[in-house]
Amino acid sequence: MTRLNKTEKIEQSRRNFLIGTVGTGLVMAFAPAMTAFSSESAASALNKKLFNPSVWFEIDQSGSILINVSRAEMGQHVGTALARIVADELGADWNKVTIKHVDTDPKWGYMVTGGSWSVWQSYLPMSQAGAAGRTVLIEAAAKLLNVQTSDCKTHNSHVVCGDKSISFADIISQGNIDRTFSAEELAKFTPKDPKTRKLVSKPSNALDIPAKTTGTAKYGIDVEIPGMVYARPLIPPTRYGSKVLKVNDSQAIKMKGYLGYEILQDPSNILQGWVSVLADTYYGAIKAAQAIKVEYQAGETANVSEQDLINEGEKLVADKSSGGRFVDHGDIDKTAAEAKKSIDSTYRTASVLHFALEPVNAAVEFKDGICHVHTGNQWQSLFLPVVAKSVGLTDDKVIIHQYYLGGGFGRRLAGDYMLPAALTAKAIGKPVKLVFTRENDSRFDCIRSPSVQHFAAYWDGDNALQGIEHAAAAGWPTLTMAPGFMPDSVDKKTKVDAFSISGADHWYSLNNHRVRAINNTLAQKTFVPGWLRAVGPGWIAWGVESFMDEVAHAQNTDPVDFRMNLLDAKGKNAGSAPVAVGGAKRLAHVLQEIKMKSGWGKTLPKNEGLGIAIAAGQERNMPTWSACVAHVKVDPKTGDVKVLKLTSVMDCGTVVHPDGALAQTEGAMLWGLSLALHEGTAIKDGQVADTNLNSYTPLRMADIPELDISFVENTEAPTGLGEPGLIAVAPAIGNAIFNAVGARLRDLPITPKAVKALI
Amino acid sequence: MITFTLNGNKMSTDAPKDTPLLWIIRDEFGLKGTKFGCGIAMCGACTVHFNGSPVRSCSLPISALDGSEIRTIEGLENKHPLQKAWVEHQVPQCGYCQSGQIMQASALLATNANPSEAEIVEHMNGNLCRCMSYKRIKEAIKQVSSASASVVEIFDPKRESILEDNNEQGVV
Repeated sequence: MTRLNKTEKIEQSRRNFLIGTVGTGLVMAFAPAMTAFSSESAASALNKKLFNPSVWFEIDQSGSILINVSRAEMGQHVGTALARIVADELGADWNKVTIKHVDTDPKWGYMVTGGSWSVWQSYLPMSQAGAAGRTVLIEAAAKLLNVQTSDCKTHNSHVVCGDKSISFADIISQGNIDRTFSAEELAKFTPKDPKTRKLVSKPSNALDIPAKTTGTAKYGIDVEIPGMVYARPLIPPTRYGSKVLKVNDSQAIKMKGYLGYEILQDPSNILQGWVSVLADTYYGAIKAAQAIKVEYQAGETANVSEQDLINEGEKLVADKSSGGRFVDHGDIDKTAAEAKKSIDSTYRTASVLHFALEPVNAAVEFKDGICHVHTGNQWQSLFLPVVAKSVGLTDDKVIIHQYYLGGGFGRRLAGDYMLPAALTAKAIGKPVKLVFTRENDSRFDCIRSPSVQHFAAYWDGDNALQGIEHAAAAGWPTLTMAPGFMPDSVDKKTKVDAFSISGADHWYSLNNHRVRAINNTLAQKTFVPGWLRAVGPGWIAWGVESFMDEVAHAQNTDPVDFRMNLLDAKGKNAGSAPVAVGGAKRLAHVLQEIKMKSGWGKTLPKNEGLGIAIAAGQERNMPTWSACVAHVKVDPKTGDVKVLKLTSVMDCGTVVHPDGALAQTEGAMLWGLSLALHEGTAIKDGQVADTNLNSYTPLRMADIPELDISFVENTEAPTGLGEPGLIAVAPAIGNAIFNAVGARLRDLPITPKAVKALI
Repeated sequence: MITFTLNGNKMSTDAPKDTPLLWIIRDEFGLKGTKFGCGIAMCGACTVHFNGSPVRSCSLPISALDGSEIRTIEGLENKHPLQKAWVEHQVPQCGYCQSGQIMQASALLATNANPSEAEIVEHMNGNLCRCMSYKRIKEAIKQVSSASASVVEIFDPKRESILEDNNEQGVV
């Protein structure tokens, strides 16, 4: 697949902020600081659309405020959260605010929505942008009202000075505004005093919800282009190395509406051995595809099984020379050699599907030399160049038009599903809407790789824990799709996929700690590993937090007290400003809170138990501090596990959109439960074995437990929330099962059969 | 030629008779609120009312339709109390399954105005929400059911509206 040759910087580059009259409205936008047009006036640059924002906004003469958002909307109500940050600083009337999700244009900056980064990355720049806007409106109003700017404030889309007041609409109608803030000037704006907030951290409805209750919200699959034909793909037997030898469509030809097939030739080499089937309706394309016989030459992974992948992972974690060191603190070799007591365990997780409910799809039209791709996607900037390469155009000749995503969960970080639509449209010279069937979608999914983790803990002669050694092997999403994002190992000997090991660098203070991140090369060549909600921590924590429980029990310590003792917030775990203020102390705080909330230590009926796990979000540089307690009931006769209640305490700093945060955490926790007990597939003959709901069985309404979720109230910098609620759930359930019936589960998903075998 | 009523309007199609209703609704009549999810009647994203009962339109061939009444999410005209409750409880996340959830739930309330929690769960359990907004779906349904007193009433948005538009493509 495509490889970025250099590390692309996601963080915002140094930028000016421009505010100027454009037409009859006022536009505010970021623009790169070091460009040829930096000497131009703001209004002039804005009129030429020379801007580069992650978000920009405009106010028209009626006072309506349009906030343009480059982040994908996939259920997290991101536009609402981001717009409220800007609107609060502006002093805007929220009822006058609307949002728009924009299409790709290089001028609009790097487009990615993932990692739970959106609010975390945008909070400060958007607060500053809103504050700059407020400053300019006050300056213009002060002139019009003949008052001092220092006496003015903004409120409800008005500038108010004593008993005088003027609306934003009137200011914009009368004033010719032209003002540039340098990056340095912008940096001087600090976010409002939390006590004066009107919108941030206050209750509000999400702007995208009404359309999602009437059937009018438009998703990629709803796009129609005049003159388009429908297509569905035929997926080859292996992800790599398949070749189409022969296509027989003699049965399809008899079908009304069948329009032929295309064997796709993909210069980007992502699609190998693909055929798309065309018809005048989508059902026609489905039926024709079923009638077509394709002979393939399969690639070398045609016989690979899940067990092969697990065996490979077990071999790799056992080989102490494999992988790259991600953490190497103290001297673990010496600790192991001198240990008086040790335990070791292996944890595994099975292949998991994204199963976003909207099957992946794209509609593509070539028009006036431009390739227009209509779809919902999370990382447009990663796959736009791939689409361009595939269809033989330069990057500036491809536009990706964004729609609502019928589920993202990391599946739509990959934009590979745009390619068959684009190549088919190019081949036939007509607009094409290509929709994957559910089974196609599953087989082409970038699954969460099966994983193997090995842990060893070492004690000295005084029964004091001296160190933990950890190795984790899996397929690495970043290696295939964005290798430029892989950092060096700590010994600089190799690169590691930090997204596939994050969470192993936890906030417990250990004297000696080594973590090896290992790529499962067999997984890597069998399928494209994907980023799935909560990414690395989503499966790493299954091992880390279950093993921590084992260690606690091995030294006869209460699992909560054991964790508390290791959260001393010393050294590298002290945390740092701006986002990790307090460090491990904040993790200790959520642990203390949940101990009380969950009634930890209370007597429970037989075969019931509580289990604890904690987590610190997606990465150490964006910690969302969380603790989860699961209350389970196990049927020892069948091994069935019923989760009665999940309690969670989250500390994500400032909660920008409280109900959105709650909804994300509810969803993430139920995802955690689903991945713990309900979801899992296997690679069979080089392909995903379970491709639809008849055998792939995500959580349904009947299985939801009582949820008790709370957020720590503070005014620290906001961190991400789309994923972190998921992380601690599976280990909390596993640990609860141990406390209920003494069975230590080490494989996800947890099956009744496995539980019964251990009782 | 198959003729049926779609959201109160007489419609006809000469698509092949084995074509699932879903594709006729979406691609021939342009009502995109009904969604394609699994194609095997197991996710519920494509749920519509067939003579008042919830059915999976992805698996219902149009040959079964002749003379029937079909209602889709658009046919609720944003007047159904569930739609209001869905906004009040901020139910949707990605929103893709929600047309189907609302159609499934409205069919329940049409015949059982005050379902128990167990009845709600049993009726809704076939509708997958991949964002897992189940808790809020349940709460929204409960709110509407408890607000509806004890009278069994079949919701019909046409009853109060004066829409008499019966043209063949009128609903598009």
